[in-house]
Parts: sequence; C-alpha cells; structure tokens
Amino acid sequence: MSELLVAKVDDLADRERRIVVEGPLEIGVFRLGDEFFAWESNCPHAGGPVCQGRIMNRVNEVLDDEKRAHGYEFVDADVHIICPWHGYEFNIRTGAHPGDRDTRLRGFPVTVRDGAVYVTI
Amino acid sequence: MTTDDGFKRTYPQVDDWTDSRELLANARKQAEERQLDDVFIVDIDSHISDGGNWPEIMDYVEDPVIREAASAFGDGSKRGAFLNGTDGLQWQNVWGRIPHGQGLKEAVEESDLSRETILSRRCMDQMGLDYQVMFPNAMLFLGMHPVPEMEVHLATAYNRWLVERVLPEDTRIKAMMYLPFNNPMEAEKTVKRFLGKPGVAGFLVTSSRHKPVHANEYMRLYGMLEEAGQVLGFHTHLNWQDEYTSQLNRFISMHAISFVLCNLVHLTNWVINGLPERFPKLKVMWIESGVAWLPFIMQRLDHEYMMRTSEAPLLTKLPSEYMREMFYTTQPLERTNETLLAATMEAMSAETQMLFASDWPHWDFDLPATIWDLPFLDEAAKRNILGYNAARIFDLEIPEKYRALAAE
Repeated sequence: MSELLVAKVDDLADRERRIVVEGPLEIGVFRLGDEFFAWESNCPHAGGPVCQGRIMNRVNEVLDDEKRAHGYEFVDADVHIICPWHGYEFNIRTGAHPGDRDTRLRGFPVTVRDGAVYVTI
Repeated sequence: MTTDDGFKRTYPQVDDWTDSRELLANARKQAEERQLDDVFIVDIDSHISDGGNWPEIMDYVEDPVIREAASAFGDGSKRGAFLNGTDGLQWQNVWGRIPHGQGLKEAVEESDLSRETILSRRCMDQMGLDYQVMFPNAMLFLGMHPVPEMEVHLATAYNRWLVERVLPEDTRIKAMMYLPFNNPMEAEKTVKRFLGKPGVAGFLVTSSRHKPVHANEYMRLYGMLEEAGQVLGFHTHLNWQDEYTSQLNRFISMHAISFVLCNLVHLTNWVINGLPERFPKLKVMWIESGVAWLPFIMQRLDHEYMMRTSEAPLLTKLPSEYMREMFYTTQPLERTNETLLAATMEAMSAETQMLFASDWPHWDFDLPATIWDLPFLDEAAKRNILGYNAARIFDLEIPEKYRALAAE
C-alpha cells in the first residue's frame, strides 16, 4: 500500500480530472463537488484509456404521462466518464456502466488531507 | 517494432487532434503484456486518414475535365470533390463522445512520406501489427453514387494514388483495390491494370449497392479473379436510404442492422445462385459485420434449402458448407456472450476461415487482444486468426522470426 499525491484540492475544479501514474498503473482522480473518486484508466471493455475521455452527464429519454417520447435530457446527478476508444460510459461515483452493473471500473480509495488529494494504491 | 521516436504521453483529455500514439498507448501495453510482438499479426481492414488525402487523390483522376472540375470543390481545395457522403456518418462519434470517430486530425512531422503512411505506422507500431491492409472511408459509399461513371473516375484515381504514392513507401502496408462494381467492364479493367502491382493484396467491392452479385455480367470478372488467385472482398457499409433502414431513428440501430444487411443479401445471392460451384477456387471474403449474423444465415439457408432444393439447382451441398469455405473478418467482434461467440466460431470454422481486422481508426475498432484473450481458442487458432490465415489467403510473406510457428 502506498499513497500518491494527486493535487491540491484547490487545483482540481469541479468535474475536473487528474491522471496520476505509478509504474504501469494509470489512475484518473475525479472531483465532483466536494467528493473525489479514483478509477484505473483501463476500460474493462477493451483496455482503453477511459479516464482520458469526456466527462458528460447521463442522458435520459423524456416520456410524458402517456409514455410518448419527447427527446433527450441530461441528468445532472449522474456524471459519466466516457471511454474515448469505444464510448463505454461509467458513472464516476459508482464506477459502474449504466446498463450493465457487472461492467465496472477498478477503483482506489481517495483521501483528502491538509488541503491535498491522495490516492491509495 | 519500435515506438522510440521521441513521442511522450501527456495524459490530458483526448480529442480528435490527439496523437494516435497517445490514444493507442494502452494498445502498446496490451501488446507487450501478451508478447504480441512475437505473434504474426495482419490487420485486414483499416481506414487511415483518407479525407485529408482527397485533394492529392484528385490529382490522379485521369479525365482532364473531371480532374479540373475537382478544383471547383472545397473553395478550390478539392476537399470532398465528387463524393456522395452518406447521411448519418456524422453520428459515428456518438455525439462527440468518441473523439476520433470523425477521423484522425493529428499533426504529422514534415516528411517525404505520405500522411497515410505515417499514421499507418503509428497504428501498426502501437498495436503490434506486421501488415495492415487499408481502405478509405471515402470510397465506401461510392456504390450508391448518383452519377455512376463517377465511381469509375474516383476508383481509378484512388487505386492509382495507393499504388503509385502510398504502397511503395512501406512494405508493411497493403491494399485491396476498389472495384467499380456498377460497371463490370471497368471492374475487369481494374483487375488487369492493378493485378500484381507491389502491395496490392486483392480486390474489393463495397457492398452498399443495388447490383446483384449473381448477375451474368460479373462472371468474367469472377473468372479473372479466380484464375489469378486473388481475394474478392465484400466490404459492408451503411445505407440509411433503403426502405427498411430508413425507419431507424438512431445510428446505433442503423449501424447494428445496415452493415449486416449488406452481407446477408449479397452472401445469400452468392450461395443460392451457386457461385461457389461456378468458381470453386475463388477466395471470397466478407468484411466488417462481426460474426453474429453467420449462424443465423447458415441455419436459415440450410433450413430453406432442404425444402426448396429445386430453386438452388447448382448446389451440391448445404449452403452452410459453402459458407464454411469462405472467409470472414472479425471486426466488430461481438463479445458480450462468450458461449454464443464460441459456438459461432465453431460453426464458421474460424480457425481457418476467420481473419483479424481492426477497422482502425473507426469508432468501433478492435485490437489484436480481442482475439488473443478469447478463453475458448487454443493458441494455434489465435495465431491463425491473427495472421497466418491472412498470409495464406493473401500470399503474404511471413517474416523469418515467425516461420517456425507458422501453421502447417
């Protein structure tokens, strides 16, 4: 077990990510509000650099009371990281694929101490 | 295999301008973890940077009037000249989620080499490939061109550009020549003209078109290819304008069905009209629909054939038996259900009939690890699919270091 310094808290804006590297291990650390999450940048689908992808909210389809469809909307509560290789999306809070709970990112504990963010590997 | 060319990863968010060596850095890791540099690998289907090359390709148009007219496009740049871009292609990047989905825009160093060769080398080095067979996006939809003779002008220019400009630059790069299939006589001329040129690996029909493959006017073409021992590839593409596919409202739906539909229609015609009996030595290859459709059409045609044999009188065995003598590329390999995939690969005799394809840099590309990591294949089968089948079919020279392991 060792701890890697990721960044000062103030240097990581909301919805921003930083990638830290330790040997062959690449970890993306994400800030959502006051929370931080760390995931290996290795997509479980094909091994893509998932943490180098776009950060976007989950998309929902809008239905009315009679179940008629009225296009899309973003769901602000569900922030996704999207693998740039093939588009696999993962919830940054849970690391899970929204449509397949068995497909998930490998996570690491994150600690905030003395104004800095650390990830434990 | 080397990546020691001064390239350094930066780890920011990638976009469509990102150097593909960074985007594919994990592919290099995979290759090293699996020692894939010791495995002979041929990528049968890749598409590199064709849009950016289009102005250069236009200079190879042989008709002086058409060549001059190309300058009227793209504010004089010739970009996109005469192309009939297919509606829907702009959706490939999943609304910006897959940055390279609209093509690689990265910078390349100043060089006498073509951009095509530089980008192809980047891909081959990162994935651990020994050969890459390329084909351009821009040609995939020419079969539906509203001006039929334009297919001939553009095909000839593209084939010449490849043979004269790109293929001499690197012996690892190969290409299948575009057959202007809407004009059988011009397709025959294409074979005669480019057969045997260095780097020419075979000939290819883009399948999004409405000419039945069993039409009598093609028999001389097939005979030429069979006699020459050449591969005839059918490369699928999307067509959102067909009556059925026009009902689909999302790219995911269209992409799932339209590519496969090409192969289903053309392969059915190919088998039921007895083309394998007429040209038993012709090497026919079906490209880019994954493989999940194969057990469906095998069972379906066998079932129908047993009841309606008289409608397919040239056949002397089951349709599926002919299908097991043809060749299929892997990408995009459906891998969400390993039991089904294993059964599919057994049904199609994958060990001898399947060839690895990356389709790089398209949004649904596959890597060699896609095959190498399959738990139900033995190592010999993996090596055949990744490279030795291609060497056999395309008559590619296997580098010395791999020959000891080459399949019997």
